[in-house]
Amino acid sequence: MTAHPPLNSLQPGPIVERTRPKLVMVGNGMAGVRALEELLKLAPDKYDITVFGSEPHPNYNRILLSPVLAGEMTLKEIILNDVDWYEDHGIKLNTSSRVTRIDRVSRQVFSADGRVEKYDRLLLATGSTPFILPIPGHDLPGVLSYRDIADTDAMIEAASRYHHAVVIGGGLLGLEAANGLRQRGMTVTVVHVMPWLMERQLDRPAAELLKKSLEDRGLQFKLGCETSELIRGEDGRVCALRFKDGTTLATELVVMSVGIRPNTALAESAGLFCHRGIVVNDTLQTFDPRIYAVGECVSHRGIAYGLVAPLFEQAKVVANHLAEYGIARYKGSVTSTKLKVTGIDLFSAGQFMGTDDSEDIVLSDPAAGIYKKLVLEGDQLVGAVLYGDTADSAWYMQLLKDARKVTELRPHLLFGQHHLGDSGHKGETQAASLPDHAEICGCNGVCKGTIVKTIKEKGLFTLEEVRQHTKASSSCGSCTGLVEQLLASTVGGAYQPTEGLRQALCGCTDHTHEEVRKAIREEHLLTIPQVMAFLVWKTPNGCATCRPALNYYLISSWPHEARDDPQSRFINERAHANIQKDGTFSVVPRLWGGLTTPTELRAIANAAEKYAVPTLKITGGQRIDLLGVKKKDLPHMWADLAESGLVSGHAYGKSLRTVKTCVGSEHCRFGTQRSMALGVRLEKMLFGMWSPHKVKLAVSGCPRNCAESGIKDVGIIGVDSGYEIYVAGNGGIKTVVAQFLCKIASDDEVLEVVGAFLQLYREQARYLDRTVHWIERVGLDFVKQQVVEDLEQRRALHERLLFALQNASDPWTEIAANPSHLKEFEVMSF
Amino acid sequence: MTQWKKICTLDEIPRLGARVVARETSPNIALFRTAEDQVFALLDQCPHKQGPLSQGLVTNTHVTCPLHGWKIGLVNGQAQEPDVGCTATIPVHLEDGWISLESGPESH
Repeated sequence: MTAHPPLNSLQPGPIVERTRPKLVMVGNGMAGVRALEELLKLAPDKYDITVFGSEPHPNYNRILLSPVLAGEMTLKEIILNDVDWYEDHGIKLNTSSRVTRIDRVSRQVFSADGRVEKYDRLLLATGSTPFILPIPGHDLPGVLSYRDIADTDAMIEAASRYHHAVVIGGGLLGLEAANGLRQRGMTVTVVHVMPWLMERQLDRPAAELLKKSLEDRGLQFKLGCETSELIRGEDGRVCALRFKDGTTLATELVVMSVGIRPNTALAESAGLFCHRGIVVNDTLQTFDPRIYAVGECVSHRGIAYGLVAPLFEQAKVVANHLAEYGIARYKGSVTSTKLKVTGIDLFSAGQFMGTDDSEDIVLSDPAAGIYKKLVLEGDQLVGAVLYGDTADSAWYMQLLKDARKVTELRPHLLFGQHHLGDSGHKGETQAASLPDHAEICGCNGVCKGTIVKTIKEKGLFTLEEVRQHTKASSSCGSCTGLVEQLLASTVGGAYQPTEGLRQALCGCTDHTHEEVRKAIREEHLLTIPQVMAFLVWKTPNGCATCRPALNYYLISSWPHEARDDPQSRFINERAHANIQKDGTFSVVPRLWGGLTTPTELRAIANAAEKYAVPTLKITGGQRIDLLGVKKKDLPHMWADLAESGLVSGHAYGKSLRTVKTCVGSEHCRFGTQRSMALGVRLEKMLFGMWSPHKVKLAVSGCPRNCAESGIKDVGIIGVDSGYEIYVAGNGGIKTVVAQFLCKIASDDEVLEVVGAFLQLYREQARYLDRTVHWIERVGLDFVKQQVVEDLEQRRALHERLLFALQNASDPWTEIAANPSHLKEFEVMSF
Repeated sequence: MTQWKKICTLDEIPRLGARVVARETSPNIALFRTAEDQVFALLDQCPHKQGPLSQGLVTNTHVTCPLHGWKIGLVNGQAQEPDVGCTATIPVHLEDGWISLESGPESH
């Protein structure tokens, strides 16, 4: 017997068949099925679901048709949801079944193959159809469009029998089709009516570079050319194109790729309002409230999206409403483009052509094949085109989406975030150029080939999914940029860059960190269950991501009021020691400012001997680490250490870690300030401070900077006339040099500025943000304004910090003295 | 006939927490208590790198391993997808506030 709750089904009772509302989906493509997936996550049992798809296949990754055409992937590899998936989720799937009529009065849909299905909710995901130029000969054999598996098969078949192909349309899809046919051995000419390629995504200089590199691959181009007729050959197939100017071009195959039109025929015949798509509101509802629409068939605020990333955003929203959560809104998307031609790096987003009020920042290096243009309007980035080096596309995309002020970034904006390649990447910033065996994630030993293969095989679209499936970028995160590049180059436009400012705290909620904090403050919430109830958490007691965050937000918002919840703390903070890989712990007593005494050293030595500590190590933070302590010995060791006045060094916490000091003017012949004394004062002031992430300080007595102040969260450098304060440095995963905050004359003022700075960080940073991440988001100017210029604000912040830290006690002594806390450390016996 | 051995009372384990039960010749057992006072027992070893699951964070009916964040189901010991692995479950019994473990031969 186990202690599971008693099952009441021991006595067989009558089987009650619950009638669930019926959801019918018309269309079986990526957007629609993504909506169902999102719905099943939220409300798995809410509906009886029936899907009609006109193609004979289950849902596949339309975006990867180009690699299939190019012979880089097989059809089987691009199936996203096989038939088992539909079956496992109780979804009735009708393939090769085209819905031809909707009766909105009796709420039924009718298909061409005679099926009738009732609905309570109808989801239209009818997608789009390729636009066919209405020119003579458009219906000849040998004229294809490029939209689905059947088209792709037809092109592959044609490539095996014929030699010459023409692609009409020099847009994204046309170029991918041309490249694919070329890879299959055909000679291919791209005919484009506009003066340059991909004019909807690229400006002329970038398009010229693209054209050149495609020409190098053997493609030919006829630009500014309008086709007037397709000529029929003797065998009845198409044999040539005639252009407006009367010239002709011989061919054996024509692929038309001149754009798509939302598929609205069905909706229109049912009397639903359509205008360049099925018109929906921000909840993806059509003019009939029982009928929703999602995907390429939709017109939202006058825009029909043809790239998959916005469609996935829509899918999330429509699922939210079908699940009757009713809180999501779709407000339109900023789209970005990536071309999926292996080896070509191209990115464009936003208003890349600029407007009357915009300014361009341009870098052009034709010989190296690099072109970058950023379009700024006022203090915001509104568009970008990158060719040849797209390493920073995710960053630009985030700046665009967040509509962030970029004034202070402007001088180096064009040169990117410089965030890649600090550790273990040999300075490598271009994932595309790396070989398959190149190690991308140094923490988990994941190479490029594995990541790309997993993205393709598992049909992954988001960074989070790649982290779950490959572990790449899931530990230290320094390879995130590289992994994002791999995602983008593998799935192209389907890749959804990080949501930026609108990032949900975790999968348990749709609320952002900021919204959660606001609720805690405004509603005076004091416990985790209160927060979860108020914000309608989706899981009963959260997860390992949100619980520690909520605990921190509570205790930092309501010091002395909100009670700390040990069970919501990571083990290190619960056991006040660092867990090691064998399950033992390490103990680091605090040595204030890195100073110690013979008594303390004797106590440490005695403890090491008494508890048979296998390893003693001097840490980088000027302290002594006792490694390999058994958990049950911890309280006893602490009690022994406490007798000599040693307290916890919090070496395990998202909290104040160390204040590193040099010897300063007390001893050093170069010293200008008493760095040890100031360091000790700072460390005493900040003792017991919990923070979003760990906090490290340093005080150097002169600009020689022996305490390494330049890579600390707060670094202080003594100069003859006072102190320079630097903030947001980082010596860890990404080495980031601290930025100058201000110069100050007196020790007291240093304490106030540092205290105010750290309190602002405590109040505003997201949990697990280091100071560098936080400042990257809010900008140093804002921080300067709050803690340097606004004296009243500075004082208030400092006072709030001092209040929070009032009577901060040593956790070691507290636990050793409190029997009820000791259970955590005791082992029971069998 | 299953033999049960009393280990401790329910309140010896914090809600959403765990305790370690040491055995003489076999690996430790982790005893978990959920928010609803259900009790589960697993071998105190993550299938990944043998991390002590007893030190993990308990959420609903899962525990997250403290070493590398694998999420293990308390009911069946299975790692949550996409990770693959399984930890042995140990029969546990809760009656009148007392928690007992099966005391057969230490086969787990």
